[in-house]
Amino acid sequence: MTGDFKIILIPLLPLLSFLLLGLFGRKYLRESSGLIGTLSLLGSALLSVFTAYNYFFVTGKVNGVYQPLVVLQQTWLEFSPGVNIDMGLLIDPISVMMIVIVTFVSLMVHVYSLGYMKGEERFATYYAFLSLFTFSMLGLVLSSNIFQIYIFWELVGVSSYLLIGFYFDRPSAVAAAKKAFIVTRFADLGFLIGILVLSFGAETLDFKTLIERLTTSTPQLHNMVITTFLGFSSLTWGLLLVFAGGAGKSAMFPLHIWLPDAMEGPTPVSALIHAATMVVAGVFLVARLFPVFAISAPGALHVVGYVGALSALFAAVIACTQTDIKRVLAYSTMSQIGYMMFALGVSGYGGEHGLGYMASMFHLFTHAIFKALLFLGAGAVIHYVHSNDMEDMGGLRSKMPVTHLTFLIACLAISGIPPFAGFFSKEEILTAAFEHNKLIYGIALSTSGLTAFYMFRLYFNIFWQKDFHAEHSGHHGEGPWSMLVPLMILGVLAAVAGFVPFSLFITSDGKELETSVNIVFSVAPVLFALTGILIAWRLYKSENEVPAKLARAFGSFYQGAFHKFYIDEVYLFITKKVIFNLVGRPSAWIDKNIVDGGVNLSVDLTEDTSGLIRNWQSGNLQQYAMWFFAAVIGLVMIFMSAWK
Amino acid sequence: MNHILFLSTALFFIGVYGFLTRRNVITMLMAIELLLNSVNINFIAFNKYLYADKLDGVFFTLFLIAIAAAEASVAIAIIINIYRNYRSIDVDDVDSLKW
Amino acid sequence: MTASSFIFYVLAAFILGSGLLAVTSRKLFRAAIYLLFSLIGIAGLYFWMNYEFIAAVQIVVYVGGIVVLIIFSIFLTHHVGAEMEQPNRLRMGFAALAAFLSFVFCALVISKNEFAIPDQAPVPLTVDRIGMQMLSLTEHGYILPFEVVSMLLLAAMIGCIVIAMKLPEKTS
Repeated sequence: MTGDFKIILIPLLPLLSFLLLGLFGRKYLRESSGLIGTLSLLGSALLSVFTAYNYFFVTGKVNGVYQPLVVLQQTWLEFSPGVNIDMGLLIDPISVMMIVIVTFVSLMVHVYSLGYMKGEERFATYYAFLSLFTFSMLGLVLSSNIFQIYIFWELVGVSSYLLIGFYFDRPSAVAAAKKAFIVTRFADLGFLIGILVLSFGAETLDFKTLIERLTTSTPQLHNMVITTFLGFSSLTWGLLLVFAGGAGKSAMFPLHIWLPDAMEGPTPVSALIHAATMVVAGVFLVARLFPVFAISAPGALHVVGYVGALSALFAAVIACTQTDIKRVLAYSTMSQIGYMMFALGVSGYGGEHGLGYMASMFHLFTHAIFKALLFLGAGAVIHYVHSNDMEDMGGLRSKMPVTHLTFLIACLAISGIPPFAGFFSKEEILTAAFEHNKLIYGIALSTSGLTAFYMFRLYFNIFWQKDFHAEHSGHHGEGPWSMLVPLMILGVLAAVAGFVPFSLFITSDGKELETSVNIVFSVAPVLFALTGILIAWRLYKSENEVPAKLARAFGSFYQGAFHKFYIDEVYLFITKKVIFNLVGRPSAWIDKNIVDGGVNLSVDLTEDTSGLIRNWQSGNLQQYAMWFFAAVIGLVMIFMSAWK
Repeated sequence: MNHILFLSTALFFIGVYGFLTRRNVITMLMAIELLLNSVNINFIAFNKYLYADKLDGVFFTLFLIAIAAAEASVAIAIIINIYRNYRSIDVDDVDSLKW
Repeated sequence: MTASSFIFYVLAAFILGSGLLAVTSRKLFRAAIYLLFSLIGIAGLYFWMNYEFIAAVQIVVYVGGIVVLIIFSIFLTHHVGAEMEQPNRLRMGFAALAAFLSFVFCALVISKNEFAIPDQAPVPLTVDRIGMQMLSLTEHGYILPFEVVSMLLLAAMIGCIVIAMKLPEKTS
């Protein structure tokens, strides 16, 4: 395939930029590091678009089906014939879509950070970390081998840790970075065990081969289905464990606790990582293994669906009560990813049944655009107001016109109002849910109403409600051009991206699918959304007492939602009271007393023994002679008796 | 011939006893001379009774006497040095090479 | 008992007696003299065995050289007339025990062994024969040990001088 080597440049350019900026940035390249990072990303973005064009329109299709193409493959480690860890690049519809999204959003964030992070002392380090993250994410989506995806998965986790804890002199940032890394690492334990189970069963680590073996009737599939453990087949266990890893990275309940805290990082970082790219890695993983889920283990797919739906509703409820604007957006992200997950969960495989898959990927695409836009807009607001809290904001619409307009577009998009992007993707999701699982459909519908409500609550609180008192700041303008241009570009895209005929390109089995908008069906969700917007208008457009009264009326439920349903406290309880006391303390005691004690005991023994023996070397010549003589006589006796 | 061997053995062990017991360095040297002499008697005895046609035992004895002389002189030199440094020739006082 | 063996027993008693006194005497000078007697007794033994040359060498080197050397060193380092201390009882008893037991062991070994005395004509031990054999280069020649021993004597001489010499005071 032409352009083979150009494809490897896509992740390679950010890697080179990372190395360059990481090694030399602090001393030599501080001023230009932003430009270097942005230029390398521009290169990657152009190459990705070119690759996408090539794949979707020119060379990808064979007999009307998009083929997964392995572009490069290099055997790295061979465990046994067939089970190798290869390093390779896999091009198929979802990976091409992902590289376009990742590079594009990353490019927007790079440009935006030129203005947002200006004057930051560790400017070059920031861009180095951003490049590292982009490289890891691109490697992740292009992986052809399940172990390779694990390697890049961990790399993404590391980059996230570095970026969340960027302001390392703040203890809250450091704690948040640790929390993110530990929670995702814990989930990755499940992922690793899942990898081992799947690769052991299918006797391969390569994606293409794995999917082929586990979706057609092969002896490996038969074996995996037959071996059961606690009532589930080993295939189901493998897939569920892999999903556990994905759930950790995508902040599904109950592994979601790290995402709100991760907002301690700089806002462009939140836009890139925790909205558009890293958190969808879990969805991407399930999508990658989707044929196996759908064809051979539909039970696992049900679990995926319910977890996604539950997370969506859970996050939406909490988001209605939060006052930190970044936290509202974080919970919104969790909710939307829940949408993507359950869309996969209700999907079947092939043709019309695969609608959920297509809808999930479509929503991933549009969500990346408008969530990045929301975060960047929030960043602009924070930059202006110097505070994260909704209470400090209000009436900013006249002071920040560009931000206001683009933020409004994004809110409309996320609420699913036509003709903006979110409407089309959400409609497909709801259609798929309606056809397969009415309960999930109901949850989805109510969640979309809540989504509209809390997003517009946020919008009205920031841009309307009260007049802004410029106590802290506001004397500089809305923001430099480098911050406004990405907002404008993303705003335009959020408006029109819904019209992309997605189903022609990305479906569960690679064949084209004709979809159309069912007007009658769409009435219900749009109505829910408009109701939410109206309620928010009533409550928040101008200051009044109604929200506070409602909060008191809901009473303990409101308190619970405000405190994020105390999940963090439960985790703290488990770790502190149970794990530390039952496992940690005894282990420490054993280590200090028994292990160290053993070593100390041997030391003491040696010392005492040597103290006893030491007197042998008395310096007394005759004593030495006596021993010498005795030994000689002894030897003579031995030789004489042995000689016979 | 066995009697001569008994004699030399007894002399040897008298020398050993003297070496292990005496405190004065010079008397230790004297005991060493007794040891060497007992070995000489042994060589001569074997030469006379078992190998009468060869002279090897005689030669051994001659060389051994020469070596004993050399060794005794070196030992005296060391003793004089010890006396200079430790102001005593008691072997129990010369125990610096201990732990 | 023949005269020869009688003389042998007398000599043996003399040698062992002097040796014993030499190692147990408390006066240093007397110990040296007892050693002298013991060595002379050994020379007498050599004479009894008809090895006159060795006996002569013994007297000249051992008695005339080494014992004199020992006596010189006694005078250099000791108050001659004083008594020496007894070693402590434990060590004395232990050493005596060890020596005695080892002697018994060796004696048993020797007595069990029967030495076969061959019927060969003894070679007369004349000085010129000894000299010729010592310096000959043929199979039974001892010229190499001769040279080595002479070098050893040289080394010993130089060594003694070096060890025992007093370094002159360095004046700066």
